[in-house]
Parts: sequence; structure tokens; C-alpha cells
Amino acid sequence: MRNLVAIPIIILTVILQSAIVSRLPLLAGSADLSLVVLAAWTLQDGVETAWHWALAFGLLVGFVSALPFFVPVVGYLFIALLARGLQARVWQIPLLAMLSVCLIGTAFFHAISLGALKILGASLEISNALGWITLPSMLLNSLLAIPVFTMMRDLARWVYPPLESE
Amino acid sequence: MKNLFSRTLQITIVFLVVAGILALALGGFFGPVSNAVTRSLVGAQTWFSSRFVALQYLLTSSRDVAAMREQNIRLQAEVAELQAQVIQLQQQAAEREILAALVDFSRTHSEDTFLAAEVIGKDPSPFLHYVIINRGSNDGVRKGMPVVTNQGLVGRVTAVIADAARVQLITDPASNVNVRLQNAKTESSLVGSLTGDLTLELIQQNVAIERGDLVLTSGLGGGYPPDLIVGQVVNIRARESDLFQQASIQPVVDFNRLQIVLVIVDFTPVDISPLIPAP
Repeated sequence: MRNLVAIPIIILTVILQSAIVSRLPLLAGSADLSLVVLAAWTLQDGVETAWHWALAFGLLVGFVSALPFFVPVVGYLFIALLARGLQARVWQIPLLAMLSVCLIGTAFFHAISLGALKILGASLEISNALGWITLPSMLLNSLLAIPVFTMMRDLARWVYPPLESE
Repeated sequence: MKNLFSRTLQITIVFLVVAGILALALGGFFGPVSNAVTRSLVGAQTWFSSRFVALQYLLTSSRDVAAMREQNIRLQAEVAELQAQVIQLQQQAAEREILAALVDFSRTHSEDTFLAAEVIGKDPSPFLHYVIINRGSNDGVRKGMPVVTNQGLVGRVTAVIADAARVQLITDPASNVNVRLQNAKTESSLVGSLTGDLTLELIQQNVAIERGDLVLTSGLGGGYPPDLIVGQVVNIRARESDLFQQASIQPVVDFNRLQIVLVIVDFTPVDISPLIPAP
């Protein structure tokens, strides 16, 4: 039942993203709160709803944004996949995994956004996109990573309380 | 009898001694001694007085400090409340200023019907320059309607739901606006970019353009009404090897501070795409 907390959190995250975070640019880039929240949630131990969150974020951001609908869906699903892979196989330090997911995830998300927009005919220069948007966005996402990770850890402990050892 | 004589003698002697001392004192013979005694007395009194005042302060100060702290807290709360009021009033004044300018603009453009809308968000993707406004199909907003401020052109509505709409800014990389240069009397195409810079393209090489030239919508293509102010030419790039000149445009609208915009609701965009021959 506590899993239902995802609904207000995802909606609130997208609202905050659109109303506040997107209006605080660094050069032309901005942080992606949805990406950071999703990465932090997926990296928590015992979380079983990461794919649901990814899909919900993808659909909601696809609805709000003028990006082609599949871009946020594919992007967030990839981020969940990446976080799951890093958590299960490689990293034992969650904060390092969090930063890695944020950096790689941002790069991937921007790459598919750029590719889709170029296919649709927008005049975009990759060097400009990298220097003015992607690198500043990576920095902003990294700054958000640790506080968001801490909050999501508390939330995960509330939703999935650790089993007491007998 | 002898006792009575003796007592009278004693009184007389004491009287004479006292009178003599008084006479000497009045004559100023005891000045140094008197000063020394007085100074000692005053010093002692000062010491006692200062200790008493200190003790009194010590005993009563706790009550005063508590009262002052209470007063301080009350004043701080009052200051915070007043500061909040000041901020609120400043915000209202700024909004009123914007609204007054928009009303002036709509009065001077009485041929159009405007609908004021508040900007409530921005597209989550940094690659796109879109804003979200709090007016939708319930308010009569339709896809393709131009959006302006009192300063000039903002963009056009690209998606509408019941109570909100998405507006593509003219700075968006996919935006393309047909414009004309007021002084050069030539037409051109204005495109946006990732960084929000505006560029005029497809200006023929033989056209003389200058910095400061005003750029207005031309109305060609049916996407925007004519004669809306867009910006001014700030930089010209003309190379002999190129087919066309380019010019950088400084928009008249500050897109970073968009708060309230006007939707031109009586403008029906013309979709000319069926008339464009397929490649």
C-alpha cells in the first residue's frame, strides 16, 4: 500500500521540474529532477517498483514536454536499467553509483533527445549542445544527486522497512 | 557644693574647647584636615553606593533581560511580517506594472482580441524553448494562436489541453518566423537556436542592412499576423562566398522573465503545408 506514495511524488517531481528547476539554468542547461529522483530510487536496496517509476516518469514528462513521446520513456527506462545494472554488479558504494548513473544517464538522455530532434528537422549543433547544455546539466544533476539520494533512502526505508533479525 | 563647681567648670571648659575649635574651623585653620576627612567619607560613600547599585542591577536585571528578550522576539516577528508584506506589495506592484503595460498594448492594438495568461512552467527539456501557460481550450485558446507581450512577439501555441497550453518560443531551435526588415524593406526568415540566439537567414547579398534595423513579422505563410515587433539587428555576417547574408537579432522580449503574456485569440493561422509541393 505504501507503494502508492509514488503517485504524488512523481507528479510533484515533474511539477517542480517544470515550474522551478527548468527556470534555473546554468548556461543553457538545466537539472533533470525526474532523472535524479528515478536514479536515486532505483539504487535503493529492496526497491521493487523502479520500472514502474521509470515508465510513470517517462509518460508524464512525455506529456508535459514537447519532446517526441518516446524519448522520455526510453530515456528513463534506460536510466532504471543502468541503475539496476550498476547496483547489482559493479558498485558497492551507493553514492558513487548514484553519481555515475546521473552522469551517464544525462549523457544518454541528451543523446537521444538530440538525435530525435535532429531527425525531426531542428537545427542543432552538437558542439553547442555539448558545451552549453549537456555538460552544465551533468554538473547540476551531480549537485542534486547526493541530497536527493539521501531523501530517497529515507523514503525507501519507509516503504520497504528492513526486516528485523531474530 | 564642690561637685556643682566642678561640673560647671567642666561644662565651661568643654564649651570653650568646642567654641575654640569652631572658631578655628571657621577661620580656615582646619582646611587640610577637613578636606582629608571629607574625601575619605565621599570615597567610602561612593564605594558603598556603587556596590549597592551593582547589587540592585544584579537583582533586577534578570527580569529586564527577560522582558527585553520577549520584546525582541516580538519585534523580530513584526519585522518578518512587515518584510513579507513589503515583498508581497513589491510583487503586486510589479504585476500591476506588467498588466498596465499589457492593457496599454491591447488598447493600441484594438483590432485584435487578447487573452492574458500567466506563464506557469517551462519545458523540462533544455533542448527546447517552450513555456506552459495557464489558459487552455476552456478559455478559447487554440493551436497556432500567436502569443505576444506588450514588447513584442513571444511565440505561438503548439499544444492545448483544457486549462493549459504549450507555447513554442521564437527562440526554439525548431521555430521559424517569416519577418521583414523595416528599413531595408526586405523579407527574411528568423530561426531560433539551442542557446536562445535569434538569427535572420536568407537575406539576399544585395540587400543593405544595418545594425539597429527593426525586425517585424511579415505575415507571410499565415503563421503570425503582420507587423508584430520581434527585435533589432545587432550583428551582420556577410561573406562574398555565401549565397545569403545572416544577421543576429536581439529580441525585444526578455524570455528569461516571462510572467504574463497575451494570446491573440481572434487570429486563425493558415495551414499552407498542403500547398507546399512534396520533395
